[in-house]
Amino acid sequence: MCLAVPGELVSINEHHDPLWRTGDVSFGGVLRQVSLACVPEAQLGDQLLVHVGMALAVLEP
Amino acid sequence: MSSSSPEQLLAEIRHHCTQSWTLMEVCGGQTHALLRHGIDQLLPAEIHLIHGPGCPVCVTASERIDQALELAARPEVILCSFGDMLRVPGRQGRNLLAVRAEGGDVRVVYSPLDVLAVAQQHPDRLVVFLAVGFETTAPATALLARRALLAGVPNLTLLVCHVRVPPVLHAMLNAPQCQVQGLLAAGNVCAVMGQAEYNALAAEHRRPIVVTGFSAMELLQGILQAVDQLERGAHRVENGYRRAAAEQGNHAAQALIQQVFHPIDCQWRGLGWIPGGGLALREPFASLAVERRVAPPVSAPASPEQAQGCISGLVLQGLARPSACPHFRRPCTPEQPLGAPMVSSEGACAAYYRYQR
Repeated sequence: MCLAVPGELVSINEHHDPLWRTGDVSFGGVLRQVSLACVPEAQLGDQLLVHVGMALAVLEP
Repeated sequence: MSSSSPEQLLAEIRHHCTQSWTLMEVCGGQTHALLRHGIDQLLPAEIHLIHGPGCPVCVTASERIDQALELAARPEVILCSFGDMLRVPGRQGRNLLAVRAEGGDVRVVYSPLDVLAVAQQHPDRLVVFLAVGFETTAPATALLARRALLAGVPNLTLLVCHVRVPPVLHAMLNAPQCQVQGLLAAGNVCAVMGQAEYNALAAEHRRPIVVTGFSAMELLQGILQAVDQLERGAHRVENGYRRAAAEQGNHAAQALIQQVFHPIDCQWRGLGWIPGGGLALREPFASLAVERRVAPPVSAPASPEQAQGCISGLVLQGLARPSACPHFRRPCTPEQPLGAPMVSSEGACAAYYRYQR
């Protein structure tokens, strides 16, 4: 259940309310829309730790 | 303390370990990874691993499963949850897959956030999200709740079963029969919550705690750091999962949890009543609670665990190995589970079944 998968942030869908900010994350080429509500610092190219559609951490390189 | 290969880490563990130590990995994902990599068989015989209660599917109260079963059978309801929840038996052995086979509208979602669209597409149906998970998962449910109130989706409701890890660890470490000398904390829970609650646990119970990840290297690193502390008589929190878990955790995720939930005492399946062990919706989000929309079902009689001799309570407390259960493999299998730890991809019984321990 607490399984979290790392993936690369490849695009950001900006929104004025951080609650609705999302991005596309590539998991080995498979894209999935992910909430960026908890990682306001995330930038394109970052590796994100994603759990149930939500990024929980920007992984250290 | 940086080694470049699993073999080097194993050699370091052997070098450090001069006596018998019992460690508990908290998270069921770690249990499966330890067995998948064969780490349990590669460690020196002096190190004993006890498998912790970190499997939300396993510890969700059977009363809540029965509530979900009753709701899912209603024609006006669409019940959404994570895939593992569909095979968890309620108190009479039935599960959500059986309800679905009888015509109930039970849907598997990847993310709690997907439930909003389901509710918007079916305004005439009552959409219930069976929300399980530890602090790792609670932020996603909290975000769903905030979005649901903002967007005004009156047919979306939550059956909240979220639980908190530190209170159950406190209860387990307080138990007189507890054999655990050191803890590998669940890395992704700490990625959200940080280390503060674990500093308090380590100090009060005088046990070392190492925040630990999920790869073979991270698991071995966690074990090495815990053994090293035990050999030195130390009992503090160390972070072996720095690439993901900051010491303070994730502030935005913690804020979401605090805005939407408050801690409550709650029942853990197989473990009993845990003070502060659960989360409930706080106002104004409590208006999303499914209990506010529908009358509660009548409660069912004794649990199947007791009725069928399932020892999952002992397994979840680390007091019995899954393979010590008389029902293990025959008749209890992941396809026909008697208890929740055989169901889940994080349950200890399922790990022993899959990796043939």
